[in-house]
Amino acid sequence: MDALKEKFSTQFVKAYSFIGQNNIEVKKALIAEIMTFMRDNPITPCNYLADETAVHWPKDEEFEIVYILYSFSKNEYVKVKTRIKEWETIESVASVWTTADWLEREVYDMFGVRYANHPNLKRILLPEDWVGFPLRKDYNVRLQDVEWVRKHLGIDSGQKYYVGEARHEDPNYITPTD
Amino acid sequence: MDFAIDNIIIPLIKIGIVFGVLSGVVALMTLAERKVAAFIQVRLGPMRVGPHGILQPLADGVKLMLKEDILPAKADKWIFTLAPIIALVPAFIVFAVIPFGPSLELFGKTIPLRITDLNIGLLYVLSISSVGILGIILGGWASNSKYPLMGALRSAAQMVSYEVALGFSIMGVLMIAGSLSLVDIVNKQKEFGWWFVFLQPLGFILFFVCGIAETNRAPFDLPEAESELVAGFHTEYSGFRFSLYFLAEYANMIAVSAMAVTLFFGGWLRPFANYPLPGFLAFLDAPLMGLVWFGIKVAIFLYCYLWFRWTWPRYRYDQLMKIGWQWLLPLALANLVVTAGIVLLFIRKG
Amino acid sequence: MAQAETLFDASELTVSMGPQHPSTHGVLQVKLKLDGERVLDAECVIGYLHRGVEKLGEVQTYGQFVPTLDRMDYIAAVSNCLGYCETIEKLLGVTAPPRAQYIRLIMTELNRITSHLLWLGTHAIDLGAITTFLYCFREREEILKIFENYCGARLTTHMFRIGGTQYELYEGFQDQVRKFIQDFPKKVDEYETLLTENRIWLDRTKDVGIISGKDAIDMGLTGPSLRGSGVQWDLRKAKPYCIYSEFDFDIPVGEVGDTYDRYLVRMEEMRQSARIVSQAIDKIPDGPIMAKMSKIIKPPVGDIYHSIESPKGELGYYIVSDGSTAAYRARVRPPSYVNLQSLKKMVVGHMVADVVAVIGTLDIVLGEIDR
Repeated sequence: MDALKEKFSTQFVKAYSFIGQNNIEVKKALIAEIMTFMRDNPITPCNYLADETAVHWPKDEEFEIVYILYSFSKNEYVKVKTRIKEWETIESVASVWTTADWLEREVYDMFGVRYANHPNLKRILLPEDWVGFPLRKDYNVRLQDVEWVRKHLGIDSGQKYYVGEARHEDPNYITPTD
Repeated sequence: MDFAIDNIIIPLIKIGIVFGVLSGVVALMTLAERKVAAFIQVRLGPMRVGPHGILQPLADGVKLMLKEDILPAKADKWIFTLAPIIALVPAFIVFAVIPFGPSLELFGKTIPLRITDLNIGLLYVLSISSVGILGIILGGWASNSKYPLMGALRSAAQMVSYEVALGFSIMGVLMIAGSLSLVDIVNKQKEFGWWFVFLQPLGFILFFVCGIAETNRAPFDLPEAESELVAGFHTEYSGFRFSLYFLAEYANMIAVSAMAVTLFFGGWLRPFANYPLPGFLAFLDAPLMGLVWFGIKVAIFLYCYLWFRWTWPRYRYDQLMKIGWQWLLPLALANLVVTAGIVLLFIRKG
Repeated sequence: MAQAETLFDASELTVSMGPQHPSTHGVLQVKLKLDGERVLDAECVIGYLHRGVEKLGEVQTYGQFVPTLDRMDYIAAVSNCLGYCETIEKLLGVTAPPRAQYIRLIMTELNRITSHLLWLGTHAIDLGAITTFLYCFREREEILKIFENYCGARLTTHMFRIGGTQYELYEGFQDQVRKFIQDFPKKVDEYETLLTENRIWLDRTKDVGIISGKDAIDMGLTGPSLRGSGVQWDLRKAKPYCIYSEFDFDIPVGEVGDTYDRYLVRMEEMRQSARIVSQAIDKIPDGPIMAKMSKIIKPPVGDIYHSIESPKGELGYYIVSDGSTAAYRARVRPPSYVNLQSLKKMVVGHMVADVVAVIGTLDIVLGEIDR
């Protein structure tokens, strides 16, 4: 932790522990080098990338990219987080761990986060010609479905949809039993 | 008149009986396969049609006849129809030289229990079985599609490779018996008192393994199984034509089993044929019992075929070819050389 | 290997092992570039089963989300349930009572046996040993009967609730499980007799799909596939969850990292699972099966990552909570998704027929990959 701080002091934001899990937040600029450092440093060599995912915070117009790292020798999980604006690109860590290849493709597919220097940034789960990024908060699945029905079947699907925030935030939230 | 009876009517009757029985056995094999598979797999198999599913082949036959006969648009119509027939006929006509039993006395005539006795019987069998391969190649080619053709070529390559080893493996028997005629081979086994399998164990194993590969059965059935890409030469076939390929496979199996029995297991001889039996068991020596003994032995071989298919995984294609060329052929040649030496020294006496 | 040098093999064949195929377990498309029979490149096309589970996680409440997760890895549904319930319990700071934990452990280990049996059956049938499939399913049937007696469902069980389990054990549960566990090792011996020393099986699986331990960690391979490559790492021992620390079991490890090693590892794992269950079944304590917690689950703001050892590998859940009744972000880290990445590395240079063997040995479930 301290070694990371002193090496990348410009990028460091904070380190904290929540429910016994260690989190580090960094700025996005030198993410590939930070990750290489995390992998190679002798104190806690994180040679395994467990997961890489993103969380969308529409209020700040930001994505929070989360890397979950694990060190075999120290038997520890560490979470490294970084925030980027929605339109920015971030460097890919596929050069550090090959696992990141498909994980980042999925983040791109679902959120639209562009990765620089990624070997093969294509959609992975959705069809190649899909428009939109589903896991963003402003992607309204019902609205999209209603539009699809209108376009392809020519009828009105009659589903209730709320435009804007996720459904459960809406004050008129109706439980799915209706 | 005698001439007509001897040379036309009696052979015709024999041909009729043999083909009838053969077709029946082939149909029965389809049921046996499913039943044996089921029992190995802790289940029951066909049970509905007839008591314990006995009439299932009838139902299957009717179904395949009534199925829509699809002819692919780009396929060559005549060859497409001819190919399965070319695969089926050789399997049946192999039985023309196989002796089913000794001679039978009927109406004052001595009727040998075989259709004919070619003095080059063994050679005849080997050459006819090679023709069957043509049926497979033509089937793949006539489908006019990339994948069946590849599957057909793979099948054909496999069969051709194993034919070579097959031919060599039975030469040991040939040397000991001193004749190509199948009737002579069986009679020699009676003379020696030992079935050839005891004199040629390696030859028998090689023959049977090559036989399994010839008939494209497990564990050598990669070209025919749900091979990942190439669905085999009979992809485009459906309905009646497909059933012909299917029957050809079973008929080939029976042919290989019959050959194995004739060459190595004494044909229609009963076990310990040279030792007389006590009076009450004398009926076991009757000429017609020859048929029964033959039938029992062939049935055991057919069961082995089914047993192997449902027990073992299958070989990859390159491993298959490697076994055929790198292992079986040298072993067959070694067998040949050793047998030649022994025959020269002991049996022929110079 | 000199390839594409003569005029005849100048063309590479691109073939697609299409989505519907008897040998790929689920709807997986593998685009193979072949040179004759050798594979030059393999590209997986997935997403045919994508159902948007993660998006659903954001609209469904925590309790409602649990059954949705069953459908992900539908073969080992109990593990999915366990992982998620434990994650939320960690977030809430609640521990399930001991009786519930014992029930969870027994069910999860039985589930591991089920999953491995299905793996063995399908792997064997892909390589041609058809009978093994039916024997495995005979055993699997016994376990599914236990599941059905317990919670009413065989496949997509929804066994555990956040905070414990809902259903009490039924009359005769212990006897039924004990009877199964007594017979089970003999059955595993049966499978081993059929396959382990079989010449044909050895030829098909030895030296096929080798991946070294270092490559495996780099590619994120986990579970029995990783252990087959020699890395001794199992989350049940490394970071014990549930009450695994109280039981005595071994972690089988392979040496070379080929298909045969992975096969042996999984066979041994089945035995070890049976061992754990036989230890646990006698020790089930009495007590409540559900922790005391409010009906409406509103965890504190924050995020958490928790992973368990599912039969396929490391199944992780990353939940971001914003204080409301539904997750802000529910991320599932599917083991099969990350495992499938290594398909390309394992398959290049082998024959076409080996692709089937390698897909089988990776033990993937498309429901998990596509979510």
